Amino acid sequence: MASNKKYWKNEAELNPNDSIVETLKQNEFVQEIPVEDFLGNKENLAASSTNRRDFLKYVGFSTAAATMAACEGPVVKSIPYVVQPDQIIPGVSNYYATTIADGFDFASVLVKTREGRPIKIENNTDAKVNGSANARVQASVLSLYDSKRLQGPIANGEPVEWSTLDATVKAKLLALKNTGKQIALLTQTYASPSTARLIAEFKEVYGNVNHITYDAISADAALNAFEARYGERALADYDFSKASLIVSIGADFLSDWQGGGYDSGYAAGRVPKKGKMSRHIQFESNMSLTGANADKRIPLTPSQQKVALARLYGKLNGVSVGGDLPENVSSAVDAAVKEIKKAGNSAVVVSGLDDENAQAVVLAINEILGSTAYDAKAPKYVRQGNIKSVAKLVADMKSGKVGAILMDGVNPVYTLSNGSEFADALGKVDLSVVFAQSKTETVAVSKFAAAAPNYLESWGDVEMKKGHYSLMQPTIKEIFDTRQFQSSLLVWMGSDKTYYDYIRETWSAGILGVSSWNAALHDGVFTLGTMPSEVIAVVDGEMVDEDVEVVMPIASAVRSLAAAKSEEMELTLYSKVGMGDGQQANNPWLQEFPDPITRVSWDNYVTVSKADAEKLGFVNENVANGGLDGSKANLTVNGITINNVPVIIQPGQAVGTVGLSLGYGRKEGMKVEMQTGVNAYALYQNGISEQSVSIEKASGMHEFACVQLHKTLMGRGDIIKETSLEIFNTKDHTEWNPVPKVSLNHNEVDAVSVDLWEEFDRSIGHHFNLSIDLNACTGCGACVIACHAENNVPVVGKDEVRKSRDMHWLRIDRYYSSEDTFEGDNIKKDEFDGLIGDKGSLSGFGELEDPSANPQVAFQPVMCQHCNHAPCETVCPVAATSHGRQGQNQMAYNRCVGTRYCANNCPYKVRRFNWFLYNNNDEFDYNMNNDLGKMVINPDVNVRSRGVMEKCSMCIQMTQKSILDAKRDGRTVKDSEFQTACSAACSSGAMVFGDINDKESEVAELKESNRMYHLLEHIGTKPNVFYHVKVRNTQES
Amino acid sequence: MKKVLYRNQLSNFLGINLVAFMLFSVSLFSQTENADPVKGKQIFNQNCASCHSLDRKGTGPALRNVAARLEEEGLDSEWIYAWVKNSAGLIKSGDSYANKIYAEYNNTPMTAFPTLTNEDIDHILAYTSAVEDKPVIAEASGLEGGEVVSNGVSNEIILGALALVFGLLVAMLFMVNKTLRNIATANGVELEKENAEKRLPIWKAFVKNQFLVLVSVIFLLLTSAYFVYGYFMQVGVDQGYEPVQPIHFSHKIHAGDNKVDCKYCHSSARVSKTSGIPSLNVCMNCHKSIYEYKGNPEGPSKSDIENGYTNEFYTKEIKKLYAAVGWDEENQKYTGETKPVEWVRVHNLPDFVYFNHSQHVSVAGIECQTCHGPVEEMEVVSQHSPLTMGWCVNCHRETDVKVEGNAYYDKIHKELSKKYGVEKLTAAMQGGLECGKCHY
Repeated sequence: MASNKKYWKNEAELNPNDSIVETLKQNEFVQEIPVEDFLGNKENLAASSTNRRDFLKYVGFSTAAATMAACEGPVVKSIPYVVQPDQIIPGVSNYYATTIADGFDFASVLVKTREGRPIKIENNTDAKVNGSANARVQASVLSLYDSKRLQGPIANGEPVEWSTLDATVKAKLLALKNTGKQIALLTQTYASPSTARLIAEFKEVYGNVNHITYDAISADAALNAFEARYGERALADYDFSKASLIVSIGADFLSDWQGGGYDSGYAAGRVPKKGKMSRHIQFESNMSLTGANADKRIPLTPSQQKVALARLYGKLNGVSVGGDLPENVSSAVDAAVKEIKKAGNSAVVVSGLDDENAQAVVLAINEILGSTAYDAKAPKYVRQGNIKSVAKLVADMKSGKVGAILMDGVNPVYTLSNGSEFADALGKVDLSVVFAQSKTETVAVSKFAAAAPNYLESWGDVEMKKGHYSLMQPTIKEIFDTRQFQSSLLVWMGSDKTYYDYIRETWSAGILGVSSWNAALHDGVFTLGTMPSEVIAVVDGEMVDEDVEVVMPIASAVRSLAAAKSEEMELTLYSKVGMGDGQQANNPWLQEFPDPITRVSWDNYVTVSKADAEKLGFVNENVANGGLDGSKANLTVNGITINNVPVIIQPGQAVGTVGLSLGYGRKEGMKVEMQTGVNAYALYQNGISEQSVSIEKASGMHEFACVQLHKTLMGRGDIIKETSLEIFNTKDHTEWNPVPKVSLNHNEVDAVSVDLWEEFDRSIGHHFNLSIDLNACTGCGACVIACHAENNVPVVGKDEVRKSRDMHWLRIDRYYSSEDTFEGDNIKKDEFDGLIGDKGSLSGFGELEDPSANPQVAFQPVMCQHCNHAPCETVCPVAATSHGRQGQNQMAYNRCVGTRYCANNCPYKVRRFNWFLYNNNDEFDYNMNNDLGKMVINPDVNVRSRGVMEKCSMCIQMTQKSILDAKRDGRTVKDSEFQTACSAACSSGAMVFGDINDKESEVAELKESNRMYHLLEHIGTKPNVFYHVKVRNTQES
Repeated sequence: MKKVLYRNQLSNFLGINLVAFMLFSVSLFSQTENADPVKGKQIFNQNCASCHSLDRKGTGPALRNVAARLEEEGLDSEWIYAWVKNSAGLIKSGDSYANKIYAEYNNTPMTAFPTLTNEDIDHILAYTSAVEDKPVIAEASGLEGGEVVSNGVSNEIILGALALVFGLLVAMLFMVNKTLRNIATANGVELEKENAEKRLPIWKAFVKNQFLVLVSVIFLLLTSAYFVYGYFMQVGVDQGYEPVQPIHFSHKIHAGDNKVDCKYCHSSARVSKTSGIPSLNVCMNCHKSIYEYKGNPEGPSKSDIENGYTNEFYTKEIKKLYAAVGWDEENQKYTGETKPVEWVRVHNLPDFVYFNHSQHVSVAGIECQTCHGPVEEMEVVSQHSPLTMGWCVNCHRETDVKVEGNAYYDKIHKELSKKYGVEKLTAAMQGGLECGKCHY
């Protein structure tokens, strides 16, 4: 039946007598094209020096010339050193141990350098504290080559010489010396013994110096609580590997809680050994990385968290505590208390609430428990910011009491909720100097901007934890005309020492003792031998009465916690794994890094529960091109509104709460492409992340770049196999890790026993396998960035990611359960009966697509599975992808013609196609489009061109190098030598790589484990990557 | 050859005269009668040449006629013995001349040679006092050159004569033919006339024979395809590429004449993927004292002279090195002003190929010449091998893996050779033909 609909483009078309419409219908071009005029003018044509034949000659000649030129090889110049440094051999990597301490991330790392330029960050396995590089630290090497960096000092917007700046600053400081006006130092947290000594000396020289430490994302409450209890401004340390029960109330300790670095200890306790693993209960409002890993997760609002904590304390001590809690939370608290009592000193309680009372109560609980995981004797120093002092500084500046302000490692105009007030106050200060790596918001309003070097170009020392020292050393000469804050202080103090000499002085006087400086510098870390014994008196589960003077304030703290309530929606601000506090926002690797939970890149957004979204009218929808669109919202906190924040409906978000991440929305000193998201610091008032918020719908839809649109497993339990600890311990592995069956000659047989192909004998030589333990994987994503750096993976930008053209060789899939548990999904799917009806599969599968309100979450890293019977290899028309005898599926880019058959035939969807040329292309203005950014490229790996398929190579360049090293030394390869970028980056031990033909190797042992399974085993691809069944400790003890 | 002999005779004669002359002129330097300048030269080259040369200031002073100079200062041979054996001691003792020299040469004391005997030192002194024999070489080389040139002329004459004879023969043949025809006409013999009116022209016959046309066309197409294919296959293959370098560095002189090991300069070939172009400080290890080119032992060849490769030419190239590295010859100091040399790379592999020198040089023990050709004979380095994938792969197919004494290969080799039933494994059998081994 033909439609009678009439389509019209313009209103005028509706008028049948419109003459213009009629004319346009007849004429394709509105204005006549003057062909006749041109060709008719004989004179003009004759006068032209170029006739048709000439034109053809030119075309022919230029075509021929271009062809000939293409045949001629370019002349390649090779310029050797004039004097080659001893330690540099072209083509051989050098490693240096150093430390990142940018005020937010603290970690001891190894830096891989090639021909004098750092190209990759790796974990320093010698370090006992924070020896693992998270995603941001892995990516920090690219921030070194940021094309937007400050290239020299600036005065009032104009470039100046350091000598001019020094003269001005020194004169001003001297003039201030006896005026009574203060000289303020507003800095990041250094945790540096040398810097502390230096600032003390600076105070001596200039007298009225006020040093204020400021953390963009604060741990002020925890610091205050610890200081009140132990007299030192520090943070308690936790060793989660020693805990059998972890109860967390709003602490996202697997990402950046209190400086981070807890994931490897946590993961160590999560792998079932001898039938035991730790149990983790999480009370939280946002769905965090930590909550996603928990065995039991209770969503609740921040004010309920406070009440719950008070109740927990009360129940543990047999005191009755008031406060309102919903039924399910109240029973969860009771259950948790029961479990804590049972676990005794192996339990630990942590909290992320920005509330001094809450933090004090947590410290008290751990002390009462005598928790072995809790360490207050050797605390951590990675956060020292003081919110009250910052507030006082702003007041002082406004009232003209501050004569000079020197800032380093901070960007208060951007990160303070009253940033504009700070900027105004800065105008009242005579001398303002800010040390910054790029033209930040604060640089824009300061008189002087001193170009600061990256940590990879600086000297420094850090005491992250009492008695645990690390050294920072330059791994490259300063790229630009930069000078670090400490060196500048020395100059302004009139000292002729370098900061390097100064550190050596500090170390030889107070730290090293008889140990060698060179050894400490080589290792990057140094631990004091005479540590206070870490053993805390074991109380063996029995509760003991505390000293009266401690009990009294705790009791009042508990009372005020129990009284917490909120009438409005509650907002919890958090930092994303990729962006942190936002100081690396101009880093394209981090912008493109998909958030582990929402899988959205290039954005921040407000997370809303499904119930609230329905109430407020928010929607998320997938549009025709496969992209995800979301509504926008306006958020108001204490009269401050940020408009048009995109909304993501987040399963697991507590009803009545919303979440929003900090670190986005930066504009100054950023490439246009990187200016993403909204600045949530405006709502981070008084450095408290829990705020009351009013939220309303705004008009319009936001386009997200989300790399995973499908949220649930749909009951496909064979993709992520999981079981409970109880079943794991009591039943045979064929029950909880069954091998799929296929039909052969009308008999059900194990899928692995059927084979279409003849098996190639791989028993001789190396056979590489990668093991991924789903229990240890926290989904942190360090491997994703490590892979990016090692393999020159290009950044494609938001628009391309939205079209599912992201290039990550390694992705971490995140799945939600549709029922309360994945097990529930499986049961529901198995019980489908017929197409329609209550248990009909038609509606049933539709229901399975929706994640539950409080789902279980599972992470699964997926990269090329290196199938021994790879479906991609058989369909390649040009044999560009083939199999090596060492098990690697190899991809010869120069042979690939880009048919993409292989990607279509890959059951794991791990192949990535280069739709465009991503290097030297102004359309993709990321790091590969400028000479500076290209310095990070790994010279051992190809940079792929347009029209070529690429994928994980199992880091063949690294395995080949290990083999070559062994051959050259005439020895066999040791087990730990074989690594891939991802396995080396994985500090939780989830990824283990090695040679399974070496029977002694760890990976060979892991392959024999009962928990081992292959992804999609039933299709018979025989992958060389295998997974371990996830075990959840769901039983309430 | 006779001339060469004559030269030797001449220098011997001069040498003997010299020795005799010196024997008579001895005063303070009580040289023993058997002080031998030839032995002295040997000892000098072994011990002294790294810092001293005869006519030029190096790290230490020029040593020609040092004995005479010392004599002027009023120093005897005991002084020089003491100086050579322990210069630092002499300086410490407050000897004025010793301290003067010490100060003059940047307060660098001379290395002590306690192992040299007084006799050795006498030999050295004899060598330093010998007269230069430069002019003789020049004469000899000039004569040799002349001889070669005359050879060239005679070749041309022979060729010219041959051409003349050939021309004469052709002319004679033509004349004989003409005479015979005349005789035949005179005798009334009817010569065969071309019966053109009957026969088809050959090209028309060819066109009419369609089979032949088809075959020819196919043949032509195949031939042209062959040549087109050949042309395309050599695109990007730069075998024989011989670029002009900013400094005329002669591998023939270094690796050939002087037998410097390849890996002395290209040291990173042992441990790295690149063989490395030596940094200029490596050049200066030797060229600090080798400031001029004195010619190879046989003298320059004809082609050398044709190309302008004279001693002066090479010495000028050494000066280019000094300019690049910032070496002030006068004061024997680095100025710090450097101009890195932009060499033109001869061997260029495409970016998508991973090649590791250390694998081939250190592990497999392959000679550099296997791929780079007889570099030690190359005045200007050119690309010897095609560097195509086929060339790589062929070698991997044919070359046995060197497994002896390498614990890495022990197990793999034993098992694999059993599997393939061979004595020795080729690189290909070890997986050396897999794409991913070179392309990633």
